Amino acid sequence: MLELYNIKKTFHSGTVHEVRALNGVSLTLEKGSFVCVLGSNGSGKSTLLNAIAGTFPVDEGTIRLDGTDITAWPEHKRARHMGRVFQNPLSGTAPNMTISENISLALRRGKPRGLGPGISHGKKEEYRQMVRPLNMDLEERLDNPIGKLSGGQRQALTLLIASALQPKLLLLDEHTAALDPKTAARVTEITQMIITRDSLTTLMVTHSMHQAVHMGDRLIMMHQGRVAYDFKGEDKKRLKVNDLLALFDDLRRKDAIDPGVAALLSNNYV
Amino acid sequence: MSILITSMIFGLILSFLALGVFISFRVFDFPDITVEGSFTTGAALAALLIVSGCDPMLSCLVSFAAGMVSGALTGLIHTRFRINPLLSGILVMTALYSVNLHVMGRSNLPMPGAVTLFSGLEKISQQLFGQGSKVLLLGWSVDIKDVVILVTLLVAVSLTGFVLRWFLRTNLGTAMRATGDNDQMIRALGVNTKWMIVFGIALANGFVALSGALMAQFQGFADVQMGIGMMVWGLASVIIGEVVVGRTSVGYVIFGAVLGSVLFRLLVAIALRLGMNPNDLKIITAAFVFIALILPGLMKRRKSLWGRKKYA
Ligand SMILES: Nc1ncnc2c1ncn2[C@@H]1O[C@H](COP(=O)(O)OP(=O)(O)O)[C@@H](O)[C@H]1O
Ligand SMILES: [Mg+2]
Repeated sequence: MLELYNIKKTFHSGTVHEVRALNGVSLTLEKGSFVCVLGSNGSGKSTLLNAIAGTFPVDEGTIRLDGTDITAWPEHKRARHMGRVFQNPLSGTAPNMTISENISLALRRGKPRGLGPGISHGKKEEYRQMVRPLNMDLEERLDNPIGKLSGGQRQALTLLIASALQPKLLLLDEHTAALDPKTAARVTEITQMIITRDSLTTLMVTHSMHQAVHMGDRLIMMHQGRVAYDFKGEDKKRLKVNDLLALFDDLRRKDAIDPGVAALLSNNYV
Repeated sequence: MSILITSMIFGLILSFLALGVFISFRVFDFPDITVEGSFTTGAALAALLIVSGCDPMLSCLVSFAAGMVSGALTGLIHTRFRINPLLSGILVMTALYSVNLHVMGRSNLPMPGAVTLFSGLEKISQQLFGQGSKVLLLGWSVDIKDVVILVTLLVAVSLTGFVLRWFLRTNLGTAMRATGDNDQMIRALGVNTKWMIVFGIALANGFVALSGALMAQFQGFADVQMGIGMMVWGLASVIIGEVVVGRTSVGYVIFGAVLGSVLFRLLVAIALRLGMNPNDLKIITAAFVFIALILPGLMKRRKSLWGRKKYA
């Protein structure tokens, strides 16, 4: 279970470039829930995931994972419990190392890395079992460097690496956005398959309303560094793409008015 | 012929340098210029210890450790204070210049008649084969003691290469290679990449200092200038190795670095023999590395030009 309490993050604080990327986000993710995160560009979605993963320290707020306060933990320590997939298919794998080596790295997540052999023949069969469900004919290419694979194959392998050993939390940041539509659909399928199979607690940022409507059991919409809308259970199931479009319109209209007036209006009428 | 054997001995001694440069440049993608200081540090410490009657093997170990400390400093400066790799190395290299002068007490420390690894080998060869005996090698008569030294070095370098290959394929070594290949990825898998870099650059400079220690013993002196140009020299060896052997696996690149070191030294010996001015050695080395660095890019551009023609 992940608990965020009043997370704030401002970039370039005190300069003309000041950006309040996170403006008091509170959120509780139940164990095993799959949350889609939607929001316009710059609404703070990536910053939220980075804050959880520990890419930078937050200015304010508390982050708890399974009851442990991890707010002060460095990135690599949090990573023992979290898997991540980035938008760029090149980010999640080591290109000059083989598929086997990349997977072997993933299978040591949170474990000491000592002088035991990185890959041995016994483990090859295990790796083959792992890549088989991807259905990308990677079983016979385990000794190829990952850099030679296509973006879709690399992103699918990144998913495998991120979800290996069932992390307590899986963070996906627009991980299909850089792929062509057909490959994106394939990677989306794999994503659903892995999350369901391993009941992973997941936070998935997406640019696709279609994805947001059809995947996950909860949807949050970010706006100006806050959670603007939060749909769970039956509400989430009933959501249609048109509803989301209407919500986006709503937020845009509110933006057009002075923020102070908007707050007043929403306090009085919503 | 004896000049060829001597060059090969020099090449093998410098292959430890090449292995160090391989670790920093190729494994970590870290342009580490600490090398120019730590090579001399290894030489200076070994010379000092040997002149004071210390066991030459032990002196090599001390040099290796001192190299590791210098490398760790560079790594720490880079990772803790976010100073760029080149500048971190320059700081430590500059500081080491003073350290080296203090260690030697002057700018050049000869060790006449001291017991070095090589004088030890000479003695062994004398006991086995008698003094000043020669053997025929490919029709040339060569000093048997040189052959003994060459073979011993070959065995030592091979062993080191195998151990390094084994290490880089352990869980720890694989994580180190991943740090150089994609640090974001390996950090997301729970690895503290800062420590990986510190340890890796330390290890690299350990090898470099060992190379310096051996060099001092073979030449019979340590000199405060002897590290100058060593980074590019090591890089040239690694690049030649990659061209000759390829970059397909860790083992190949390690073997290539050793082979490259020997080949490069041979090439230099031949060029000097053909009348190249020794003063031009560094500029030619630099030009060579420059060409080797830009060549792959140029070839790619040529290829894509051809490719475009095809589709036009
Ligand atoms: N590392 C950073 N440094 C400075 N500004 C940043 C940084 N990361 C994000 N921002 C800014 O914070 C805001 C939110 O960005 P982000 O979280 O990336 O939005 P998105 O919802 O599109 O993922 C943007 O205005 C962005 O420019
Ligand atoms: Mg984003």
